[in-house]
Amino acid sequence: MASGTRRTDLISDLELRQQSAEFLGALRQASQSDNLIDIMAPQWDDVREFLTDLSRSRTQMGFTASETAMFVFSLKQALFARLRQEFGKNADTLAEENWAGTVLLDKLGLFIAEAHQESREAVVARQQQELMELSTPVVKLWEGILALPLIGTLDSARTQVVMETLLQEIVESEATIAIIDITGVPTVDTLVAQHLLKTVAAARLMGADCIISGIRPQIAQTIVQLGLDLNEVTTKASMAAAFRLALQQSGQAYTEVPQDATRG
Amino acid sequence: MERIPILKMGGFLLVTIQVDMHDRLAIALQDDLMDRIASTSARGVLIDISALELVDSFIGRMISNIAAMSRILDAQTVVVGMRPAVAITLVELGLSLSGVRTALNVEKGMNLLQAPLPAEESADGHNEG
Repeated sequence: MASGTRRTDLISDLELRQQSAEFLGALRQASQSDNLIDIMAPQWDDVREFLTDLSRSRTQMGFTASETAMFVFSLKQALFARLRQEFGKNADTLAEENWAGTVLLDKLGLFIAEAHQESREAVVARQQQELMELSTPVVKLWEGILALPLIGTLDSARTQVVMETLLQEIVESEATIAIIDITGVPTVDTLVAQHLLKTVAAARLMGADCIISGIRPQIAQTIVQLGLDLNEVTTKASMAAAFRLALQQSGQAYTEVPQDATRG
Repeated sequence: MERIPILKMGGFLLVTIQVDMHDRLAIALQDDLMDRIASTSARGVLIDISALELVDSFIGRMISNIAAMSRILDAQTVVVGMRPAVAITLVELGLSLSGVRTALNVEKGMNLLQAPLPAEESADGHNEG
């Protein structure tokens, strides 16, 4: 294996040797057939499967795409040396065999690089999905009062998920008031405001009032400077203030219990 | 032709839409409902659309029209039981039904109709004072 791209910190010599032996075994078996051109053919199933597994495990170990591909490309040096030994006296045959070997190994190298990229993309997609699910919890604060703490930037896809979860939760918990807390939303631009207003409008259609809370001073300034109209929406500075208002609107009151009473 | 039944409950009219709305049915409902409001001098109309799975812009506009017309005939309209998917569709269509009062279910809608309007309440308070 080419020494320039060896990652002794990530993989042990023994493991690498085993993988190489396994790969060479599969390669030898596949090349027994005359088909050295089309690596998508059924004879190459074992090789492809091995490479896909290998690239998946390398992705998880933190190899880069070129380091993964080098696993295949490093075979070239050994193969060409062997070919020269075999056909050294016949220049024509040597060139021909070299070319066939290059084409085959290039194809396998590209295949493993693509597999590497695919497994990386799968990781990204999965993380995106998890992020989406993590970041839209709907919390029940009180009988009939829901809270939706939003964290992170709101885009169209997330708004859709937020809206759907909120509306579904409104139906299930028969809530009349929903508090949307945007303390964790870093910036509010016209698009985000548009999304928020849509959510509020949809909740209102279902018969629930929305209160937006947690608007930071900076964001309040931005909203006014952008000329956004939030007049139709009740807004409160903090979640506590919004909750107090929600209790009031749902006809519930809170009283402070004197210190003595709690001690006694 | 099939029609949507309009039930009278005390001073209120109750409309439950149980079938898929098509345009002709919507117009018939609008006609019937206005006649009934005028003849019974109802104070409120409750439209239950919990069985409605599909809305288009026409049905959305019809609901908002019915609300506006009832208001002219001095009856409050409350739309209840809208499904989440329907609410999202209406918002995406740009129909937020701003003049229509909404509630989650028939029970809450009835409470809403029976409670006096906030505006009337404050007006009454002002008269007394």
